[in-house]
Formats: sequence, C-alpha cells, structure tokens
Amino acid sequence: MPQVAARPQYRTDHPSVPVRFAPGDRVRVRRTFPLGHIRTPYYIRGHAGVVERLCGSFPVPEELAQMRNGLPAQPLYRVRFVQREVWPDYRGGRDDVIEIEIFQHWLEAA
Amino acid sequence: MSEPASPGDLGEYRPLSYFQLMEVSLRELLVEKGVLTEAEVNAALEDMRARGPEAGARVVARAWSDAAFKTRLLENGTRACEEFGLDVPALRLVVVENTPAVHNVIVCTLCSCYPRMLLGLPPDWYKSRNYRSRVVREPRAVLAEFGLRIAEDMQLRVHDSTADMRYLVLPVRPAGTEGWSEDRLAAIVTRDCMIGVAVPRVDTAGSGP
Repeated sequence: MPQVAARPQYRTDHPSVPVRFAPGDRVRVRRTFPLGHIRTPYYIRGHAGVVERLCGSFPVPEELAQMRNGLPAQPLYRVRFVQREVWPDYRGGRDDVIEIEIFQHWLEAA
Repeated sequence: MSEPASPGDLGEYRPLSYFQLMEVSLRELLVEKGVLTEAEVNAALEDMRARGPEAGARVVARAWSDAAFKTRLLENGTRACEEFGLDVPALRLVVVENTPAVHNVIVCTLCSCYPRMLLGLPPDWYKSRNYRSRVVREPRAVLAEFGLRIAEDMQLRVHDSTADMRYLVLPVRPAGTEGWSEDRLAAIVTRDCMIGVAVPRVDTAGSGP
C-alpha cells in the first residue's frame, strides 16, 4: 500500500491564540462578509448558538488560502444552533438543530 | 459505414472544462518542478480508489459489539480508529450517535468534505447543490426523498462539516441482530447509513455466519 506523506497542516500542536469559550457558552457568529476563502457559511452569520465542543486549534483557513502559514492557530468549535431560529419557515421539530464548525475569530460572546 | 461508438463507451470528444484544464496544468507543473512525481500522483489516486465504506462498516459493527470501544469512539473517533488498526492518515473524526430519540445526518454545504479514509469517495448526490443546500434547511423533506421518515417527536441533528473535522453517523443497532458476528453486522451497515440518509435494515442482510 503506497503511503501518502502527512502534510504539515495535519499536525495538531500548532501555536494557538488562547481559548475563549467553553462547552455550554452562548456565542454569536459575526455578521460580516469579507472576500476570500472562508469556512463560515453565509446562512449562519449573525445567528447565536451554544458551544457543543472544542475541536482543537487549527491554522486559519483564510490565511492558508493566501499561501501563508495560518499561525497562530485559532480554536475551532462545534456550535449548535436551533433550526427554527436559523430558518423562520423551518418545518420540523422545535428541538431540531444544526451543528457547524466555526473558528473562534468568527465568534463573539452572546 | 462504420459502426457508431456506443454512448458512454468511447464517448464524444469534448474540450476540457475550466477546472479540468486547471488540474492538468497544475499537475504537470508540479511534476515538471520536481515537487511530485507521476508515480506519487498515481499512488495517491489508487489509494483513494481502493477505499470504500467497508472500513466504516467495520468500525460501526465493533461499536455495536463492544460498549467500551463505542465510548472511546464517541470520545475521540480518530484515536479509536487507529486503535482498531485502521490506516486513516489525516482523519480527524467526530462520530455522532443515533438513538431512538435522535437522528443525525451529515453534509458539507461549502464543498464536499467527507470521511474518505473510512467511506471512500463520496457519492455524486452528496456533492450536488441540491443536497448541500436543502438538507440544512429542510432535512426532513430531503430524508423522506431517500425513503427515510423521521418521526415528528425525534430530534434531528444536521452536521455541517465546514472545517477540519470529518463525521460518521453511528446508527442504532437494529432489533433482530442479537448474537450476530461483527462481520455479519458490518454487512448491513451501508454507506448511506453512515451519512445518515438511511438506517440499517435486517431484511437486507442475507445469510451469514
């Protein structure tokens, strides 16, 4: 079986900015629309949710896309949003949720 | 007159699309500049093509059979897969568990992130704009189109795989599988069950050890 060499961005011990949020914290996704390669979906910007878990810290994708090293890394969270708050016309249970990975620099305390 | 080529066999000549041309140009440049060799590119493609959903199904079957493994899998999917002896380079796995009260489904709205190390190449529908845009805002309707109806009182969790993690659904072990071997259990765990657009069915199992 041929081996594909591990690439540097697959490391998990990147120097990172300090972690600001913990599971259970209420956070809001910044409502901003910069150009470039962004891993924060449009549909969730401006919405508030709850931190489900911290995934670790990873190089910043906006920077990686510009061929820079993306360091210091940013903490990445899984944030849980209530579907009825995200989509006003949502048809489904009121407990239905959507969970999205969002980097710390896209979040503010809510 | 000569026989016309059958459709889809030899195919018609079409100029390369923008992205195909970009891929060829980039690959040739990387080889020319000595960053990669053709052999390395082919080896990576072969490695990807050799992967299928069987590895994921074995992980699910183990989790159904071994409660301690299941706990470790839900805590840290990557570490549990490595402990299981799977070769999953660069995979950072989050396993989400279906229960009688919760159903999970996976999507990547931004592109087509997918746990290829465990499931192989994603199906075309997973990459389609239709699935990616609709399963986040009307997941119950989309699942119904797959033939899966989620009870009104069940919680539906959609996971949008937007950044560095990859996701696998751990389905509910169906009734009627008591005493089954892991191999037999793995045979009913389809790719779609691990994406969350289907659930395992005993009647598709056939006979086995």
